[in-house]
Amino acid sequence: MTAYEKVTAARDAKKLTSIDFIARMFGDSFIELHGDRRYSDDKAVVAGLAMLYDTPVTVIGLEKGRNTKERMERNFGQAHPEGYRKALRLMKQAEKFRRPVLCFVDTSGAFCGIGAEERGQGQAIAENIMEMMTLKTPILTILIGEGGSGGALALAVADEVWMLENAVYSVISPEGCASILWKDSTKAPEAAEALKMTAPDLFKLGVIERIIRQPKADETKMFESLKILISRTFEKNLALSDDELTSARYERFRKIGRPE
Amino acid sequence: MDLFSFRKPKNELESQPNEQQNIPFIPEEMWVKCPKCNTMLLTTDMEENLRICTKCGHHFRMNARQRIKMLADDETFTEHDADMTSTNILDFPGYEKKLEKARTKNAKESVICGECKIGGIKTVLCVMDADFMMGSMGTVTGEKITRAFEYAADKKMPVVVCTVSGGARMQEGIMSLMQMAKTSGAVKRHSDAGGLYITVLTDPTTGGVTASFAMEGDIILAEPDTLVAFAGPRVIEQTMRQKLPRDFQTSEFVLQKGFVDAVVSRDNLKNTIVKLLKIHGYCEEVPEQ
Ligand SMILES: [Zn+2]
Repeated sequence: MTAYEKVTAARDAKKLTSIDFIARMFGDSFIELHGDRRYSDDKAVVAGLAMLYDTPVTVIGLEKGRNTKERMERNFGQAHPEGYRKALRLMKQAEKFRRPVLCFVDTSGAFCGIGAEERGQGQAIAENIMEMMTLKTPILTILIGEGGSGGALALAVADEVWMLENAVYSVISPEGCASILWKDSTKAPEAAEALKMTAPDLFKLGVIERIIRQPKADETKMFESLKILISRTFEKNLALSDDELTSARYERFRKIGRPE
Repeated sequence: MDLFSFRKPKNELESQPNEQQNIPFIPEEMWVKCPKCNTMLLTTDMEENLRICTKCGHHFRMNARQRIKMLADDETFTEHDADMTSTNILDFPGYEKKLEKARTKNAKESVICGECKIGGIKTVLCVMDADFMMGSMGTVTGEKITRAFEYAADKKMPVVVCTVSGGARMQEGIMSLMQMAKTSGAVKRHSDAGGLYITVLTDPTTGGVTASFAMEGDIILAEPDTLVAFAGPRVIEQTMRQKLPRDFQTSEFVLQKGFVDAVVSRDNLKNTIVKLLKIHGYCEEVPEQ
């Protein structure tokens, strides 16, 4: 697949969303928790507690919705500040109980609108990024579709970041990039190549640690192996001291794109 | 959703290349029109007044060198990492040419970092520059700011950052996005070590800079007439087809919404920073005998 074909696939309404991942991996053990305790409950973020084998985990996902009705309700996975604040509230709660945090990212970006700006979209994202950097519990983020800019990063300051093989992660949409730089949004495919937004490109750049193969049909095996891999990663990171854990996370981002 | 809202320069003066400044004939740009009150101002009067309109107090944009001169005590600024330059890390088409064109005598990168004395108090000062690719956040921008915070944490110094940014540096793709995490990590470490960080938001502060270190100060100040946004007004108008409220995303608006501590006019800025530094226990250097 070309980079732009992956962008199209990542946006496909029929693909698995965060809710599917949660249901298939955690089943009945998942308890959804709502609200940021400040303004409202943002449905673009689905979050709660679950059991990963016998380990309790906090799960947070950006949710696009699985049909038209849900997509409207979920604002197409574009979170408002209260969505990011709900996520941070539950991460802080996870820290208190030293419960690992698992994030699923699937969003074209943080919502752009009057209300979002009035309630401090930039501030909400900034706070998440800063607080996640020193959160004293393991964090693992998996990009399962679109990873759009700051709105994705606000759930992706983690010990490790994994990606489905056809997911994308970028600072700007290829259409936006092409129209700003070349005044021509039809050049989006060229922009998609140039932005290096596919999993193999990002792996080479050191932005992600692992690429997850996507089966054509039955995903049961993928979910089973994911659970094992996630569980091992959490186990490894739970064994670290707070200082070792947060220092490693700092270094992970500190070295990305460091000029010689 | 894209984060970019590159605004046109507010007046013709800003789009003039700097090289012409030494030519001794009277140029047309001797006059500049204030966009707020429409008064024709003598450029020299406006410059001498810290680029503030002498009639109505409108703040014109100011470049990084001018701002450092305004904030740092005379002859005290030492630049750090002055030679660090952006390269085409992703082999993005046309980026080298863009960089070449953007580099001028006064603006070599989108941020100048260093240490200085402000009111006699040793401070790390980072000033972003709209004259270089609209202050966009590249890898070098993030690295210089990160080093500045690490240096300040090590030396137990306060940090003042003046922000101005059109957002991410598209040509550096994901590497530009990662700078938000990298800088925020350094801000957090400096903060956890007890260091004071004062942000000064200047026109325009948008996108990834707003969604990282611009909003992470212990004290956040904004200049008047400053656009403070995550998504700029043009992006919102285009994508949402919503009519924007009056004064939307101005410094006065974000003050009212609770996201900045104070709007401080430029002629009072240094004084305010010095007061804040002193309140946090930072002292003037006593010269050795
Ligand atoms: Zn005026």
